[in-house]
Amino acid sequence: MPAFSCAFPGCRRDLLVIVLVVFVGIGLPIEASAPAYQSHGTEGSHLTNITNTKKAFPVLAVNYEHVRKPFEIALWILLALLMKLGFHLIPRLSAVVPESCLLIVVGLLVGGLIKVIGEEPPVLDSQLFFLCLLPPIILDAGYFLPIRPFTENVGTILVFAVIGTLWNAFFMGGLLYALCQIESVGLSGVDLLACLLFGSIVSAVDPVAVLAVFEEIHINELVHILVFGESLLNDAVTVVLYNLFEEFSKVGTVTVLDVFLGVVCFFVVSLGGVLVGAIYGFLAAFTSRFTSHTRVIEPLFVFLYSYMAYLSSEMFHLSGIMALIACGVVMRPYVEANISHKSYTTIKYFLKMWSSVSETLIFIFLGVSTVAGPHAWNWTFVITTVILCLVSRVLGVIGLTFIINKFRIVKLTKKDQFIVAYGGLRGAIAFSLGYLLSNSHQMRNLFLTAIITVIFFTVFVQGMTIRPLVELLAVKKKKESKPSINEEIHTEFLDHLLTGVEGVCGHYGHYHWKEKLNRFNKTYVKRWLIAGENFKEPELIAFYRKMELKQAIMMVESGQLPSVLPSTISMQNIQPRAIPRVSKKREEEIRRILRANLQNNKQKVSSNKGIWLKLNVFSADSFPTVHFEQPSPPSTPDAVSLEEEVPKRPSLKADIEGPRGNASDNHQGELDYQRLARCLSDPGPNKDKEDDDPFMSC
Amino acid sequence: MGSRASTLLREEEIEEIKKETGFSHSQITRLYSRFTSLDKGENGTLSREDFQRIPELAINPLGDRIINAFFPEGEDQVNFRGFMRTLAHFRPIEDNEKNKDPIASEPLNSRSNKLLFAFRLYDLDRDDKISRDELLQVLRMMVGVNISDEQLGSIADRTIQEADQNGDNSISFNEFIKVGNVYILYIDIDIDI
Repeated sequence: MPAFSCAFPGCRRDLLVIVLVVFVGIGLPIEASAPAYQSHGTEGSHLTNITNTKKAFPVLAVNYEHVRKPFEIALWILLALLMKLGFHLIPRLSAVVPESCLLIVVGLLVGGLIKVIGEEPPVLDSQLFFLCLLPPIILDAGYFLPIRPFTENVGTILVFAVIGTLWNAFFMGGLLYALCQIESVGLSGVDLLACLLFGSIVSAVDPVAVLAVFEEIHINELVHILVFGESLLNDAVTVVLYNLFEEFSKVGTVTVLDVFLGVVCFFVVSLGGVLVGAIYGFLAAFTSRFTSHTRVIEPLFVFLYSYMAYLSSEMFHLSGIMALIACGVVMRPYVEANISHKSYTTIKYFLKMWSSVSETLIFIFLGVSTVAGPHAWNWTFVITTVILCLVSRVLGVIGLTFIINKFRIVKLTKKDQFIVAYGGLRGAIAFSLGYLLSNSHQMRNLFLTAIITVIFFTVFVQGMTIRPLVELLAVKKKKESKPSINEEIHTEFLDHLLTGVEGVCGHYGHYHWKEKLNRFNKTYVKRWLIAGENFKEPELIAFYRKMELKQAIMMVESGQLPSVLPSTISMQNIQPRAIPRVSKKREEEIRRILRANLQNNKQKVSSNKGIWLKLNVFSADSFPTVHFEQPSPPSTPDAVSLEEEVPKRPSLKADIEGPRGNASDNHQGELDYQRLARCLSDPGPNKDKEDDDPFMSC
Repeated sequence: MGSRASTLLREEEIEEIKKETGFSHSQITRLYSRFTSLDKGENGTLSREDFQRIPELAINPLGDRIINAFFPEGEDQVNFRGFMRTLAHFRPIEDNEKNKDPIASEPLNSRSNKLLFAFRLYDLDRDDKISRDELLQVLRMMVGVNISDEQLGSIADRTIQEADQNGDNSISFNEFIKVGNVYILYIDIDIDI
């Protein structure tokens, strides 16, 4: 009878995970108390060997101290990722509970375990958080920020971020001070500035928590960008308020001059952060212009310049988050016009990977810190804080929307307002800021407890219930659309149209300035930052080119279109320079195949009657010819011609998978082609030829 | 100053335009002063040259088409009423208009009228379809002179192929506003006047 026979499949893995947790929990304190073995010091042992009697040569020795720090770090990260893995193996759990909640619970368990054993659980070190864990998440968010919705709503976002956060901070701080004045609470020692400081820490919507929760609910783009943009841009306000109140609470009094300086400071912090980010962004773009011979290190430039932007602005006490966002946004269009396809993929996946790891670690550490941290519990204070958080957020959103809607063309509906208010989650930034408070604040422990309670409440209660609420209220979800050339053409067309009509009316609005910026960009900026002749390429052409390339790659990967010789990827150059005749022909062939595939996908015939395109790669004149083959014998009466189309066709997304059904018919042939495709599409590191051509992202 | 008096807008006219287009009083007066500033000939109508003098239209790739949209079929002059009627397409849809009496005729700035206006800018020969040639012309205007004809041709082919559902190799209005079954034009064809 096998010891581990389990009722459901994921059981064995869960057991493994739990065993690992226990191991880690025990392992950590054990090594903490282990006697320090002799580490490096060959000279020392050499000397002792001369003076002492000869010992037996140690065949096997344990030297934990030598590797202790990296070992611990790696173990923690591994544990975090295994937890994450474990959740997704349990099917129903990840659908109901957002990942952030689960990770916090795990953190609580691990922290509890460590405490039970008798060791001090590690607390989320603020420096570690701000310098290592936060930047990847923000860079990922900033680099892939959807520019169009962001710029269209930037006014609303700024109003929510700045005025909303200020309102939250003062409302909460003021009311908590009033609360503390009441005798029965027993907190009469707390002065106004301390309360305002607390208010400013707790009032800011947290980007990490918002990202974690909103990613899973797929809400419509407008609401998503409003909450998310707000969480990013309120960093400047938080920084200024925090520093302001911290300074003042030491001094004890506030003058009008201080308030005025505070306002000036806000502008300096936010605009300065953006400026620093933009400078580094342009530097990165300029550097990427020259990387055509060293493609391998291209992604590093992106990462390093962004990180430098963050560190530089932190150095001057400017807003690091805004610097990161600005850097990512500025550098992206130019860098992506210059780098290779592989570098683009690398950047994308590294950013996603790092931000995922960071997010996981942050939530786990939050859990651990809760167990570890010094606590001072005061029922009234904590409960009031939580209630006030909700109330001030709701009031703020409703009030601001009322004013904003007067200026918006597309008004915010009540449902939008509700989600914006409900989605204002607090997270680890608040905790870290609280932790940074020096111990001289007598209320520090109380504040930390209250902050943690608020975070738990927002992440657990609001995080878990937002998904059913979204379903219940039937809030508009994100539209599932593939990038289509139609949309691109019509959008650009309408942009021109609206700019023109604004010109007719003599009205200098949104489109007018956007057009001016585009023109400036095209004439002056692009020629300096984009390599080669590409800067002249119109956006529409670039979009079309990358769309075709993406489709070709997708077809190669799914085995429908075996890759032709690698250098034909270069034929995707739709550029003003003269293209040699041969590759133009190849270009036409490939394009015909792609079009045929598109047409193929539009047919609603059953998959095993589809037509299989075969490219004869090894023809004599090294020029690929096209054959059309049918998997079944050609005499089948229901052979389908390419021209036939059925009016109703399923969405493009499903269709790409359609003809895959052929595989079973032509298994051997398909295997050969897939092998060929795989080895041709992924040449070794020496085959740099195919990377010579720039690739743009979607 | 004297000859201008005859071209000043009368209250009844403002009311009529308000009813027809839905613009507010202040918007109409503002646009009227814009109209008169464009009207160099001071004869109460605008000609094509008056429009071409607007710098933003001169550099706009679709400048000519936009200008043509203001002039009704075959005419060379447009008066203030016609000017406002065309601009009414771009007025944002107000909340209170959404519940309007459905029997009344559709306002000029309804969503489908806006899209129809955009569609007609492509479809010059008014046959209710965008043919490959018409699409090519628009693409050429937007993309400039550096791209070769074949390349534009393949883009046009791909566009038609994506959108075309009934196989007639051209894009009808219904195919224009969505690809597959997904509405694609989320951009609001509104401007703040």
